[in-house]
Amino acid sequence: MSNRNNENKRPAAPQMSLRGGRRGSGPPGMHGMGMPVEKPKDFKGTFKKLLVYLKPRKARLILVFFLAILSTVFAILSPKIMGKAITRLYQGLMMKMQGVPGASIDFEYILQIILILAGLYLFSSLFSFLMQYLMASVAQNTVYEMRKDVKEKLTRLPLKFFDTHSHGDVLSRVTNDIDLISTTLQQSLAQVITAVVTLVGVVIMMLTISPLLTLVTILTLPFSIIAVKAIATSSQKYFAEQQKILGKLNGHIEEMYTGHREVKAFNREKESVMIFEEKNNILYEAGWKAQFISGIIMPIMISINNLGYVIICVVGGIFVTKRLIEIGDIQAFIQYSRQFAQPIRQTASIANLLQSTIAGAERVFEILQEEEEISDSDSHVIITEPKGKVTIEHVDFQYKPDIPLIADMNIEVKAGQSAAIVGPTGAGKTTLVNLFMRFYELQGGLISIDGVDIKSMQRGDLRNIFGMVLQDTWLFKGTIRENIAYGKEGATEDEIVAVAKAAHADHFIRTLPDGYDTVLNEEASNISQGQKQLLTIARAFLANPSILILDEATSSVDTRTELIIQKAMGALMKGRTNFIIAHRLSTIRDADIILVMNEGSIVEQGTHQGLIAANGFYADLYNSQFVGDDAV
Amino acid sequence: MLKLLKNLKPYIFSLILISLLTFARAISELYLPTLMADIVDIGIVTGDIPYIWNTGLIMLLVTAGGAVCAVIGRLFSSKAAVGFSRDVRRKVFHRVESFSLNEFDEIGTASMITRTTNDINQVQQAVVMMLSMMIYAPMMGIGGIIMAVSKDPPLSIVLVVIVPVIIIVISFVASKAMPLFKQIQKKTDALNMVLRESLIGVRVIRAFNKTAHEKTRFNNASRDLADTAIKVNKLMAATMPIMMLLFNVTTIAIIWFGGIRIDNGAMQIGDLMAFIQYIMRIMFALMMLAMMFIMIPRASVSAVRINRILEKDPDIIDPEHPKSVTGQTSRIEYRKVSFSYHGAEEPAVNDISFTAEPGEVTAIIGGTGSGKSTLINLLPRFYDVHSGSILVNGTDIREMSQENLRDKIGLIPQKTVLFSGSVTDNIRFGARQASIEEVVHAAKIAQASSFVGEMEQKYESGISQGGTNVSGGQKQRLAIARALAKKPDIYLFDDSFSALDFKTDAALRRALKGETTKAVVIIISQRVSTVMHADNIIVMENGRIEAQGTHAELLKTCPIYIEIANSQLAGEEPA
Repeated sequence: MSNRNNENKRPAAPQMSLRGGRRGSGPPGMHGMGMPVEKPKDFKGTFKKLLVYLKPRKARLILVFFLAILSTVFAILSPKIMGKAITRLYQGLMMKMQGVPGASIDFEYILQIILILAGLYLFSSLFSFLMQYLMASVAQNTVYEMRKDVKEKLTRLPLKFFDTHSHGDVLSRVTNDIDLISTTLQQSLAQVITAVVTLVGVVIMMLTISPLLTLVTILTLPFSIIAVKAIATSSQKYFAEQQKILGKLNGHIEEMYTGHREVKAFNREKESVMIFEEKNNILYEAGWKAQFISGIIMPIMISINNLGYVIICVVGGIFVTKRLIEIGDIQAFIQYSRQFAQPIRQTASIANLLQSTIAGAERVFEILQEEEEISDSDSHVIITEPKGKVTIEHVDFQYKPDIPLIADMNIEVKAGQSAAIVGPTGAGKTTLVNLFMRFYELQGGLISIDGVDIKSMQRGDLRNIFGMVLQDTWLFKGTIRENIAYGKEGATEDEIVAVAKAAHADHFIRTLPDGYDTVLNEEASNISQGQKQLLTIARAFLANPSILILDEATSSVDTRTELIIQKAMGALMKGRTNFIIAHRLSTIRDADIILVMNEGSIVEQGTHQGLIAANGFYADLYNSQFVGDDAV
Repeated sequence: MLKLLKNLKPYIFSLILISLLTFARAISELYLPTLMADIVDIGIVTGDIPYIWNTGLIMLLVTAGGAVCAVIGRLFSSKAAVGFSRDVRRKVFHRVESFSLNEFDEIGTASMITRTTNDINQVQQAVVMMLSMMIYAPMMGIGGIIMAVSKDPPLSIVLVVIVPVIIIVISFVASKAMPLFKQIQKKTDALNMVLRESLIGVRVIRAFNKTAHEKTRFNNASRDLADTAIKVNKLMAATMPIMMLLFNVTTIAIIWFGGIRIDNGAMQIGDLMAFIQYIMRIMFALMMLAMMFIMIPRASVSAVRINRILEKDPDIIDPEHPKSVTGQTSRIEYRKVSFSYHGAEEPAVNDISFTAEPGEVTAIIGGTGSGKSTLINLLPRFYDVHSGSILVNGTDIREMSQENLRDKIGLIPQKTVLFSGSVTDNIRFGARQASIEEVVHAAKIAQASSFVGEMEQKYESGISQGGTNVSGGQKQRLAIARALAKKPDIYLFDDSFSALDFKTDAALRRALKGETTKAVVIIISQRVSTVMHADNIIVMENGRIEAQGTHAELLKTCPIYIEIANSQLAGEEPA
């Protein structure tokens, strides 16, 4: 699978990844085997960056490494020692059988061995525990730092980033990808060390017992590798096929559910079910094959392992009769061959896990490398008492380099004036907010407030001058009080109630079961759209800005609430400079200046009379919108 | 989870076969140490090398047999597990297709999708695991104990002591860890929410200079999650080493007590070695089982979510003996219709009565929340009325089949959904038999022919899923063409001109007039200019009909209509 493909796939299924399908809490060493793995673009580079995060915890990591080695070495030593006990048992037994006078089993020696073994086991377990214990905080604190850095970075990124990246994608990077990193740090890092030490250690131990038997045992290794490789390759093919058809099936499900109203209205249920059945059956065919092939890896490896076991028993048995090795050595070898199989079985899945972890880390680092906002100027001009005069001079602006949006725009709105923004689509208002608040940078010209270029101000100071009451209001999960208080640091209870009253919101708030302590849920769907807007008006009152950008309420609220909002907005607008996204004729005609927008750019400006007289776009719009026609 | 597993019933023979094969496989695994014991006790002790070879051969056969059983078992379990998920998926999809909009409102479209796709995959994974390890592990455990006991009953007392200890340790850790794992899930969700909020609200946050505040919120949630994760991982850190220690202590005990028994001549050395290996296998089985229990809770969450769909009966079903309504034209009558949404305190529409005759235009005006859309959603039976009735040509729509009813209706919804396929496919969505001329004609009337003509492949141009490659206005026009191609008796325009610019809007409505001469046309709109020429205007307010009549009548009698008209037509002579 090519990298390009991966990239394209990601945003398509944010929901899937959000549910944490990749979370590695399955049995270690068994998951991911034979499945296609996402490959990082630059393994080395990303790995190095990841190491930077681990650096502050270097001392602990080194300790973890040593503990892992010690724990493994102790675990490797024990079978050989245990073998000695069995050998001594056997010898005692044999001598007794042969009737050697005074022969008996040397329990003193065996006790000694058992005590040594107990010590080894105890320390091995203790070290293994300490290693995991230390790793817990190392892993979690590392990813905590990572999340912190990403969040920090997000606050410095320009709005452009948020407008061009899907939320699902960013979310998935901060949670799923980082989660994967923490799991890998917690489990696989130590596993890698243990596996290497075990492989090397076991081979050494086996060699000290019997080089010949070692050779025979290791002979099964190529079998395992070849078998696993062959199976994994063919299973990847089936998995790819399964993923492909699964994507198609999920696409169909998503489409049919989203268009449920249409499906019903046009009697399309039968067709929809038919297509579903067809895809579902193809998925079954691809699915069981993928499951089957990937599923036989484990039993086949176990069988090959058993083959090794048989070899040890037979060859070992013959060796014992020829006095080449002792009986206890067979026992030791059986244990070693098991210990030896474990890391080999894990290698495939650890390698996969490492790869997808690095790929995940890569996506996280991609965010950290995004270009940041131009930093604030050093001049720090602060307008202490802003009047609200807005001047736009020769402004050029575009979102995409080759599609010019605004060219040489000139507007002047005096302090306390109201400017109505009119146009068929709402696309223009976001642009305006983007420019005034410096969410986006101009390509040319300048915008000034009370004669001060907004670029010479700190962004924070600039944004304090503005207030926004938009229809796509944003409230967060929390109490109504907290949401209003968002407008001002350290607002008092009296202030909050006062602005709620001014925004005509106090009444409805008090009718809610918990009043000001009512907790808005995640989508704030427990209050109506109109009520949400009243809350944002209250919030704007509290912030007390000099310049307002407002969205006139339209379709989403009922007529009564609309009147209340109208009143509240009127009150808010008093004594400020206002930019109103207007829908009502009265608002438009009362405005001091009308900015006519079309497809994002300002095409005309002037007063109502002037624009009608000009008989241009505005006149056209006005005539078709507000004057009747003779259609249906 | 168990409830959902009933869907494995068709695979019962597979399941029995899988169990048998697994059993055979477990036997083969356990038989190997027994054979090894023979090699030691007979072959080595007496130095009988041919015996060793023979036994080795038997061992090889046993191993091969085990492998064959494993592969065949896996074949059946893959088919059963994937077949199971196919069946469940099919059931869920069929059920969802029979749902009315009511169920969609209740569960949520996104959640329905997740339940049908991701949740089913989760359950499938769990079933695959169950069919392989969940059967294997207990058989291995029990088989191992039987073998151990048969080898040397007195020595098995060691097992009696150690197995309960291990079970206690596992259940202790599980009882401590489970709640923590749940907490981690919750805290991950909380972190997600904070981040999502700050992504959605990025403009507001920056406008109010709340970046630092949001950062603290995020870091607190992040710290909280990290601390819990550290706690659970520290707990888990102790588990494996303790298990290993217990297992190793058991082995030592066996060597010691076994040694004594050998000394007494009650046991042979090979049996002792076999015994140690049984213990190993029993422990391995127990550990596998412990890991299973991490998988199950996750899958059962998914299972519960899937079951909610399967247990939900569709609200709206066809009558057993539907009355068929035929005829070229349809007359619609609402009789004292009331309806409230699930869980709502106030009815969304209340006591609505009006009639709409063929060839007439009925317009509905009012703010959102006044019940306009609800009113027309009742006609195609997206929802059923709670009281009163809706009649088409004198027949209650609940006595008709849904297909018959919906065949008569051309709906142009407020939020248009187009489907992946060509422009033609989309226009033919409701009229599968429409000729290409009819498709082009419908597009022309809907004012869509000009932009379709500009597309690269004209009417064969692809529309992406959800219609994301056309603009809002183009989408609406295609939706209108889609309804026109169906040539219905009843047109329902649910605020369907809102994304059109005003010139197109006017041209479209002029062209429509010729198409709808014999049809019932119901238009919902916010704009007075759109509704003022209708034969009957219904003014809705808070779910009730405030007034109905013509534009001129309403201007005289209805204060709300006057208010709306004034705000939009102020200054003009109300025509």
